[in-house]
Amino acid sequence: MGKRIGLEVSLSAAEAVKMANVDCIAAYPITPQTHIVEHLSELVNNGELDAEFIPVESEHSAMSVSAGVSAVGARAFTCTSSQGLSLMNEIVHIVASMRLPIVMILANRSMSGPISIWNDHTDVMSIRDCGWIQVFANNGQEVFDNVLFAYRVAESQKVMLPLIINIDGFILTHVIEPVEFWEKEQVKQYLPDFKPVYTMHPDRPVTMGGVGMPYVFSEAKVAQDEPLIQSKAEIITAWKELGDVVGRYYKPVETYRMEDAETLFVTQGSFGETVSLVVDALRNEGESVGLVMDRLWRPFPFDEFREATSQAKNLIVIDRAISYGGQGGPLAIDIRSALYKGENQPNITNFICGLAGRDVTINDFKNIYHRAMEKIKENPMEEDFEYYGVRGK
Amino acid sequence: MEIVEPTNVYAYKLITKKDYFAPGHRACQGCAEALAVRLVAKALGRNVIVASATGCMEIISSPWPFTSWRVPWIHVAFENAAAVASGVEAGMKVLMRKGKVPKKKITFLAMAGDGGTSDIGVQALSGALERGHDFVYICYDNEAYMNTGIQRSSSTPYGASTTTSPAGKVIPGQMTWKKNMPEIAAAHSIPYVATACPSYPIDLVEKVKKAAKIKGPAYIHMLSVCPTGWRLPPELSIKAGRLAVETGVFPLYEVDHGRYRFTEKVEKLRPVEEYLKIQGRFRHLSEEMRDTIQKRVVEEYKKLVKKVQMTQGD
Ligand SMILES: Cc1ncc(C[n+]2csc(CCOP(=O)(O)OP(=O)(O)O)c2C)c(N)n1
Ligand code: SF4
Ligand SMILES: [Mg+2]
Repeated sequence: MGKRIGLEVSLSAAEAVKMANVDCIAAYPITPQTHIVEHLSELVNNGELDAEFIPVESEHSAMSVSAGVSAVGARAFTCTSSQGLSLMNEIVHIVASMRLPIVMILANRSMSGPISIWNDHTDVMSIRDCGWIQVFANNGQEVFDNVLFAYRVAESQKVMLPLIINIDGFILTHVIEPVEFWEKEQVKQYLPDFKPVYTMHPDRPVTMGGVGMPYVFSEAKVAQDEPLIQSKAEIITAWKELGDVVGRYYKPVETYRMEDAETLFVTQGSFGETVSLVVDALRNEGESVGLVMDRLWRPFPFDEFREATSQAKNLIVIDRAISYGGQGGPLAIDIRSALYKGENQPNITNFICGLAGRDVTINDFKNIYHRAMEKIKENPMEEDFEYYGVRGK
Repeated sequence: MEIVEPTNVYAYKLITKKDYFAPGHRACQGCAEALAVRLVAKALGRNVIVASATGCMEIISSPWPFTSWRVPWIHVAFENAAAVASGVEAGMKVLMRKGKVPKKKITFLAMAGDGGTSDIGVQALSGALERGHDFVYICYDNEAYMNTGIQRSSSTPYGASTTTSPAGKVIPGQMTWKKNMPEIAAAHSIPYVATACPSYPIDLVEKVKKAAKIKGPAYIHMLSVCPTGWRLPPELSIKAGRLAVETGVFPLYEVDHGRYRFTEKVEKLRPVEEYLKIQGRFRHLSEEMRDTIQKRVVEEYKKLVKKVQMTQGD
């Protein structure tokens, strides 16, 4: 077993990047991601990590540099938040289409404006359809483990796609948590060297990123989406083997206290930990409630969701992002479509809360629970959503 | 363009017959930008990795599943050739250091048009120059966004009519002066900056080779005549390039570790009118505007002469 120490999650994330033996880190500072890059530059400058640290002049260049790094067959890492993600947006899409397995930590922060440095999921939801594998982490240990998992999956020749690890800004990035490090042997056993199918090298010239004329564009896009959909199998295997190596098992959809639960909370990211306490409390009060946590966001684990919710009467989907003018938050929208025409069709209520770092406490979730029960009584078929805890509404 | 036979006999070491930028690409007739690319590829040989920006040279050379590139070539987007090349260089450096790729000398080339360089790509370029990556950046300057249909850029010369600086009744074409990109590059105090033009192939090849050899960033600003955008018969492309140099509109010089030197000396500048009159994009210019341009060209040329003298490069 690796050593277990208390460390700020950003720092332990950087330590995991070091363990993954990345070759190049290109990043640009933005709160709340900064501690990760700061620590990585420290590791490089102290000779603890043999990598190039490229202090780029923008996030657009961070992703562009990473594209170049990955194209020559080197392991690339970057991380950012909200505005930085927006600025690199163009290249985020392109690297997925070029099948470059870059790994990025996204310290989730709300999108301006108004400008805010605090946490929600509006940043990642703005690139939902960018073609990357996207996972959420609930705690520091998950972040650490998932960095090594990320390279293993992304670089698998069956996958060859970039991967985003979402971690809640401040709520996770800036807290100190105990983290169990991996032994070097465990890393060696779990994460093979990066061996891409094609690399840029004069001995074997290839053209990357050519023009996609209409007669080939659709085929190229399908050839990109298929491996993303199919990557789920690889993801499940990689998580299982991670468990076999370090003893912690992860799944695309995680569940908590499901026994006979009539009502299920559905969450993404660090809300899961809070809601698990809420579930305990509500159970003590005699309520029949459980929790479903979404870890894998893209490819969306439809089957796993259907299975997890197959016995539920009611769902309370918690979104931390707005889909302006849409029908609820992004998570709820996907869940509705996952369950449409399914064998079990629970009532789905949707609450959007916790925007830009607003605290959602155990009591708040209890209120949400009771409000959901009311709503369901009022109109069980209603498929709307509510903003929770907004003044003047 | 074919290299004339005597060149092969007397100057075979100057320009190789081998092509790394294959024929059959989709550039317009008389495109001097494609010619410049071809000469650059000859100069650099096979041990090169090219990062290209979006633009004419990208679309004409890579319509999937075809490619004109016999060397590794990557295109990611419009404004980031310098950043992609930075990543290619850094990635290769670390792979060689770690023994994952055998050590060998590879030239890293970034290429972009004037729009991809002096407008939308200037930030990524400045970042890469400042960070000191060991790469060569070539701006193929055809003085407008040609790929998207001849829109003005900050590199479009004063007076030129483009589709977004049309020669109107009130505003007669581009009303701003061409951004001096080589000077902006030189202001980064990088080891090597040069101007070049495919109308002077030997000079071009020498500069590219020198740029590749020098450690650290090198910047070459390549005047690339575009008959389509300049409204010029394709057979006049080479001549237009020569006139740009001979009139002083586009002097050929280099800045080698801060020392300025003319590489193509022009004893007596020809009247700018000779250059303007063969191009449709200047057709509408009044006498007065032509005079203004002439004056400006001489002024700028004198400034350059001063820099050459001051840095005692020659
Ligand atoms: C971010 C972005 N904005 C705009 C475009 C559209 N676009 C593609 S090429 C181009 C102009 C290219 O001009 P230049 O760099 O001068 O190259 P040229 O085609 O003239 O050789 C433009 C505007 C784009 N591809 N990406
Ligand atoms: S538009 Fe101009 S630069 Fe582009 S291919 Fe044609 S001649 Fe060359
Ligand atoms: Mg141009």
